[in-house]
Amino acid sequence: MNDFEIKKYSTEHEWVGVDGDRAYIGITEYAANSLGEIVYVELPELGNELNAGDVLGVVESVKAASDIYSPISGKVVEVNEELTDNPEIINEDPENCWIAVLEISDPAQLDELMDEKEYEEYCAEEE
Amino acid sequence: MKKTPLYESHIKRGGKIIEFGQWLMPVQYTGIIEEHEQVRKAAGLFDVSHMGEILVTGPDATSFIQKLITNDIESAKDGQIVYSPMCYPTGGTVDDLLVYKFSGEMYLLIVNANNTNKDFEWMLENLEGRADVKNVSDDYAQLAIQGPKAQEILQKITSCPLHEIKFFRFTECVLPDGIKAIVSRTGYTGEDGFEIYIPTENAVLLWDKLLEAGADDGLVPVGLGARDTLRLEAALPLYGNELDSDITPLEAGLERFVKLNKESFIGREALLSQYQSGIKRKLAGFEMLEKGIPRNRYSVQKEGKIIGYVTSGSFSPSLKKSIGLALVESAYAEKGAELDIVIRGRPVRAVCVPIPFCFKKYHK
Repeated sequence: MNDFEIKKYSTEHEWVGVDGDRAYIGITEYAANSLGEIVYVELPELGNELNAGDVLGVVESVKAASDIYSPISGKVVEVNEELTDNPEIINEDPENCWIAVLEISDPAQLDELMDEKEYEEYCAEEE
Repeated sequence: MKKTPLYESHIKRGGKIIEFGQWLMPVQYTGIIEEHEQVRKAAGLFDVSHMGEILVTGPDATSFIQKLITNDIESAKDGQIVYSPMCYPTGGTVDDLLVYKFSGEMYLLIVNANNTNKDFEWMLENLEGRADVKNVSDDYAQLAIQGPKAQEILQKITSCPLHEIKFFRFTECVLPDGIKAIVSRTGYTGEDGFEIYIPTENAVLLWDKLLEAGADDGLVPVGLGARDTLRLEAALPLYGNELDSDITPLEAGLERFVKLNKESFIGREALLSQYQSGIKRKLAGFEMLEKGIPRNRYSVQKEGKIIGYVTSGSFSPSLKKSIGLALVESAYAEKGAELDIVIRGRPVRAVCVPIPFCFKKYHK
């Protein structure tokens, strides 16, 4: 699952794993740790056309609800149904637990996201 | 921002600090669900030093407090604790508090942390007779040990006969190292347990000592996150959610703490008139029938019409489902009535259920 051609990160703490023209989207370990135990995930609807920055879904911990923003534009072609009944699997391995798959509409948007090293530095500054 | 004397201890033990009103407090250490479950099955230790303490003394202390609160302390015995709302003349709630009776001329009032100054000002404004009011919050730290193993653990460090302290009673005892404490069988979790008031300078010592004494029995430090889910399962009100200046204790379902027969108290006329004309909105417990988590201030609908709002809501760690309290038009607050909670614009089905959500395990 972690063998993506490219893995990128957003300032909102989502990751994007690229596999051909498909982008897997999840939340980073940093995000999962700061949210705490996730008890509910609201998935996007299949077929939804999302622009970069649109709300893709919602993750809720005991304490609060947090929006997940789509780091890139694209159509929702798959959602991780397992999260409906077992949302806690995100906490177990956030970097490998995808929430939705988008059909990438503008590959150039990937260049605007951070690579792993840049993201690590970004998180260090957030601390 | 204010810190309790245990602030550094929380950081050392991995507490995640958040702003709670004017206070910097730990929201969790290892995780809200884990800490919650530990309190239900063993015991948890809470730093509640942020709570306010107001001392009322003098020959007219009793009549002054009788005027301030809706409950009746006339028949309370020394060493007894009385829970009560305190209201404005409108019937809206200033705060809810605990009254510790030392004698007819000395009471310690325990008030909500972020209301301490407001309450103190309110008491000064309404002060009458030979009574004196003093905000002694800075002198006290408060720890709460809660859960089925609470007594067993606390008993390890004190010879004070804890089994003799009944529910909502307190005693003064000397803890190790000569720490003078007020120990009461009270709490905010729906479990058996104690609240311990000690001089601020002794807080770290007692905190460490208790965690050490209880380690083998599963005692863990617990943050505000689990404190909130525990009190919600027990349907105990939280000021700012179930109670505020616009919500009367009658609407919040606290009628057994409002003694309308008492001669006079602030808010009596308004509350009596509300009672006589019928209480138009009421607090109802509900659980979700569909997936989704209710949160404070979400709208409640019935057939598309707004009938109230959620005061508190959460995933319940004990019940493994989403629960909440809502202030709704009284006609819809009946057990078994179906409601919709509006979550991000979408009505999600819920049903009114009896409260508390979890059976309280008090030792009475």
